[in-house]
Amino acid sequence: MGMIDPKVIENVCIEIIRKAVIYLPDDVKNALKTAYDNEVSDVAKAQLKAILDNVKLAESIEAPVCQDTGIITFFVEVGASFPGINYIEKSIINATRTATSKIPLRPNAVHPFTNKNSGDNTGHFIPYIHWNIVDGDSLKLTVMPKGGGSENVCKFKMLTPADGIDGVKKFIINSVLEANGMPCPPTIVGVGIGGGADISMVLAKKALLRPLNKRSPESQIAKMEMELYNILNETGIGPMGLGGRTTVLGVNIEYAHRHIASLPVAVAFNCWAARRASAVVYGDGAYKVYGD
Amino acid sequence: MEYKFKTPLSESDARTLRINDIVYLTGTIYTARDQAHKRILEIISRGDILPIDFRGMAIYHCGPIVKKINDEWIVVAAGPTTSTRMELYEYDVIRTLGVRMVIGKGGMGLRTAEACKAYGAVYAEFTGGAAVLAAQSIRRVKGVEWLDLGVPEALWILEVENFGPLTVVIDSYGANIHENVNKKAYEKMSSILK
Repeated sequence: MGMIDPKVIENVCIEIIRKAVIYLPDDVKNALKTAYDNEVSDVAKAQLKAILDNVKLAESIEAPVCQDTGIITFFVEVGASFPGINYIEKSIINATRTATSKIPLRPNAVHPFTNKNSGDNTGHFIPYIHWNIVDGDSLKLTVMPKGGGSENVCKFKMLTPADGIDGVKKFIINSVLEANGMPCPPTIVGVGIGGGADISMVLAKKALLRPLNKRSPESQIAKMEMELYNILNETGIGPMGLGGRTTVLGVNIEYAHRHIASLPVAVAFNCWAARRASAVVYGDGAYKVYGD
Repeated sequence: MEYKFKTPLSESDARTLRINDIVYLTGTIYTARDQAHKRILEIISRGDILPIDFRGMAIYHCGPIVKKINDEWIVVAAGPTTSTRMELYEYDVIRTLGVRMVIGKGGMGLRTAEACKAYGAVYAEFTGGAAVLAAQSIRRVKGVEWLDLGVPEALWILEVENFGPLTVVIDSYGANIHENVNKKAYEKMSSILK
C-alpha cells in the first residue's frame, strides 16, 4: 500500500471546516425548529426566528453561520496502519490557514503574553488536536469550531465522593444559572464526570459532539440526561437569556471511572450554533464527509 | 413598542426606550470589543483626541469576519459578542463619550445600568450568533481604525440600514431583562438546589 497524498488529508480538513462553520447539523436545526414551535412569548419567539432565519441565510449565501468561528479543534481517530500518520498534523495546520483566508474564518488565535493575533488561526498548540489511535487503516477527522462565548462559561469542580451524583446534578444546574444568557442559549450542555481534572473536561467537550437525538447507551445516565434537560428548561432563562421555555437543546453526559478520593465534574457549553463536521479518509485515499 | 431611529441619537431618543422595546437603527455604528474599549479610555485619560466622535452614537460589541476585495472591506458575518467583558469600561465610555446606545448580547452589569440612568443611554441586544442576518443590514464599511489590535478587535465604522431587531435590555430607568429572568430562574431552582 502506497502513502496517501498529504493534499488529500488537507483538502478533506478544509472541506469539513467549511461544512462545519456554514451548515449546522440536522439534529441541531431540528431542535431549534422544535424550540421555536414550543415558545409562547414574543421575545423568545423573536430570538429563535432570528436564529432560524440566520441559519437559512448562512446556507444560501454560504457564509459562516456565526462570526465567531472559534478556536479550531480537531478530534482525530487514526488507524494504526493508516498510510500517512506523519502528515496529519501538518495537514490540519495547513488546512486551518487556507480555510481562514478562503472561507473566510475570523482570525481568533492570540498570543496570551503579547496579545498579538497570529492572523491565520494557528499558533502554539492551535489548532489543537485530540489524538486517538485505533485499529485499521482509515482516518476519522472531526472538527469542532466552538465560539468564545460558550467557552467562557465552562465550569469545573472537584466534588467529594460524598457529594455523589446528587451533588453533580446541583453543580450542573448552578453552572447553567451562572452562565445565564452569556453562552447564547439555547445551548447544548456537555458533562464529563470522573477521571481527573483533565479527563473530565475532555469528556465534557466530547459529549458536545454527540448528536442531540442520541441518548447515553447506559440507561441510568440516559435517564439523568432527560431529567436535567427538563429541569434546566424549567429555569426559564430561555433563548439568549431573555426568558422563555428553551434554555438547553440537550444534555449529554460522558464518564470515566473516578479515583477513590475524588469526584471531578466538568460542564462544557455549546452555543445554539453547535458546529461540528466529520470525514473518514480510507487507506486507499478515498474519503467520505459526513456529520449531519 | 417598535422604533426606527437614525444616528446620532438624542438623549430624549434614548430616554423614550423601555425594556422589551424593539429598535431598528439606520446610520453609523462603531464596533468595539475589549481592546478597543481599553484604548479609548487610555487615550481619554492622556487627554488625547479619539479618531472618531462617539457623541450620540451606538457602540456595537462585535468582532466581524471581513474580507478585502479590490481595496474595499466587505463584512461577511457580524453578530454580537458577550457584553459582560466590556462591563469594566462601559460606564466611563458612556460618561465621557456621550454614547447613547450599547449593542451586544448576554447582558451587562450594574455599572453600565447606572451610566444608562445617569447619562441617558440604553443597552440593547442583537440575537447572539445571528451573524449573517446582522451583516445583511450593513451597507458598507466606512472605515477602520486600530487594525494593529487585529481584525476582530479593531474599531470598524459601519454604515447600517434598519439594523435590528434590537431588543432593549437595560433602559435608562434601571430596568434590566436579564436581572428579572435570572432572579426568577434562581427562585425556581431554589428547592432543587437546597
